[in-house]
Amino acid sequence: MSKEERHIFSVLVENRFGVLARVAGLFSGRGFNIDSLNVAETHDKSISQITLVTHGDAQIIDQIYQHLNRLIDVIEVTDLSTVTHVERELVLIKVATDDPQKRTEILQVAEVFRGRVIDMKPASLVLEITGDEGKLKAAIDIFNTYGILELARTGKIAMMRGATK
Amino acid sequence: MELSGARILVDCLKREGVEYIFGVNGGAAMPIFDALYDETEVKLIPMRHEQGASHAADGYARVTGKVGVALATSGPGATNLVTGIATAYMDSIPMVAITGQVLTQFIGSDAFQECDVIGVTRPICKHSYLIKSCDEVADVVTEAFHIASTGKPGPVIIDIAKDAQRKETLFKYPETVDIRSYKPQVHGDPAQIAKAAALIKEAEKPMLYAGGGVVLANASQELQELTLKTQIPITVTLMGLGAFPETHPLAMEMPGMHGSCCANYAFTDADLIVAIGARFDDRVTGDLDKFAPNAKKIHIDIDASCIGKNVQVDVPIVGDAKNVLTELNKQVGPTDIDPWRAQIQEWKQKYPFEYEQKGNKVMPQYVIEQIYEHYSDAIVVADVGQHQMWAAQYFKFTEPRQWLNSGGLGTMGFSLPAAIGAQLGCPDKTVVNINGDGSYIMTIQELVPAITMKLPLKIFIINNMYLGMVRQWQELFHNKRYSAVDYHDNPDFALLAQAFGATGLRVEHPEDVEPALLKAKGINDGPVVIDFIVDEDENVFPMVPAGAGLGDVIRGLS
Repeated sequence: MSKEERHIFSVLVENRFGVLARVAGLFSGRGFNIDSLNVAETHDKSISQITLVTHGDAQIIDQIYQHLNRLIDVIEVTDLSTVTHVERELVLIKVATDDPQKRTEILQVAEVFRGRVIDMKPASLVLEITGDEGKLKAAIDIFNTYGILELARTGKIAMMRGATK
Repeated sequence: MELSGARILVDCLKREGVEYIFGVNGGAAMPIFDALYDETEVKLIPMRHEQGASHAADGYARVTGKVGVALATSGPGATNLVTGIATAYMDSIPMVAITGQVLTQFIGSDAFQECDVIGVTRPICKHSYLIKSCDEVADVVTEAFHIASTGKPGPVIIDIAKDAQRKETLFKYPETVDIRSYKPQVHGDPAQIAKAAALIKEAEKPMLYAGGGVVLANASQELQELTLKTQIPITVTLMGLGAFPETHPLAMEMPGMHGSCCANYAFTDADLIVAIGARFDDRVTGDLDKFAPNAKKIHIDIDASCIGKNVQVDVPIVGDAKNVLTELNKQVGPTDIDPWRAQIQEWKQKYPFEYEQKGNKVMPQYVIEQIYEHYSDAIVVADVGQHQMWAAQYFKFTEPRQWLNSGGLGTMGFSLPAAIGAQLGCPDKTVVNINGDGSYIMTIQELVPAITMKLPLKIFIINNMYLGMVRQWQELFHNKRYSAVDYHDNPDFALLAQAFGATGLRVEHPEDVEPALLKAKGINDGPVVIDFIVDEDENVFPMVPAGAGLGDVIRGLS
């Protein structure tokens, strides 16, 4: 078995009901894993963009690519891991601020990660942070020390660099 | 003019050139059956079970190359189609399966006879549509036929809500189909084809390995040209039988688990394998680690996901077999491989398919030999099990679409309804159904429509009173613990055929085999069922045990 690698697929699909189920079914039916998944409409309302992070050896990744392509509603599949690209993810973190003393400290830490406060209550605040995987992990590790009450992330989105499209 | 969704559906089917629809009526499909009631161009063939309808549509598609159409109601009607849809999917058969669905306002409410057909069939179809408005019907039907019949063919589901069938709208037939997300790659990459030609030129021990894709692509002529031009030995898989005449000296017969020793030894020894519309199925390759260890591999397939799935390929060529072979044929010539051809001939002569006559028993292989003797031009529709393997071994197929069987899914019960579809698709041909005692009784009810339509089917049951293939595995791998395979309690199939209204004969002695087959030839006003009571203990050999390499084939007699 060759080495397992993480891959990001950008999948353009027809914006119709049932398409996501077909994509997800392809993975579940073959025992392939989805690490993260993001789906949204593009600037063209008839097309949705699926960004899908998965892992596997070269043979499995090739099969995933081919099977995605085989779905009738799939317009285009790009394995972004094979090209230079940018990737981002957004995370919302609700941090406990029971101790008002800590609030300033938390806000300072948020500043380091270029986080924005989008809600503030006496005992908690919600931060919005974007970045790549490494940055988000670092932020989550630090806020964990203050007490994370809730966390939600979008899953990765990504794009090829340059004017290729 | 405003027409109902059901009427539009039927009109679209006519424009697609549909001759037959195989179906079973029911609540949520009634408007469609009503629209078919006084229809003469598209003929409705009522079957006795929806599984029969889907296999009949499949059999029709296999012999004609056209899209087969099955029709059923919602819920249980649709779920009964599922086995037939999966069968067609595994063998890449063009099919459109139409299912009625409950009223749109009831969808998702667990309504009577409701089932999420799109969900159930998602992994076993090429594509599917849920129609909730009559305005969608025309576009969906034309797209469905286009998708089912192009690229790698396969079944497409159209699930149509009952209110969409009933409501009326303006019928506008889409003259062209353009699906931006679906553009099958049919032309092979010229650089890859040139590489393949170069490998063929260099090889010392090359072999051709052709599968069902050649039949689907109507590429038998091109395959024969390649074989004759290069004089390279060829093996054709269970799904491709007839794509190259088995009677030709270069033919090694089928490979794999119950294939010829010659083909299996050739795989093990070859230095080049040219796979054409074949997918290195586990029943062909045996243990992958021991499969063709010395061979470079060229793989021609319309489905990119099939290439490199099971074995590493040196030259992948994605494209339609007919197009690719046409190009390849321009670049190849005679090969200088006399020692290899001599080796193949030696294996062929040394290890033919053979069996031993036991006492005065009717040997199943003998029955097949006799069927071949008297029905060599017939279309043969086999079921699944030992009889299927014996038929593949002892009947020599010379024409594509002459041999029908459920090779991929291995669906028992496939053959009788598929034979009905085949006979309707080829009314001038003799259709022989070689069945087993286990498989025959799974869809025996379809004898009724065959009798009603007076189809002259020759239904030959190789009856060993067992679920024979499973019994064989139990004998070899389960210490002869014959769990749930004893079928001695089956009814007398000859008498049962008579009760249905067909001719039924029973053969228990070898000397009666030929006269019975000759008698069946003369009965053409309806189906003839001959129940051949054969030796119960006979096994299928050669055999490559599951998990073994092809070189470790158990030859049986020799």
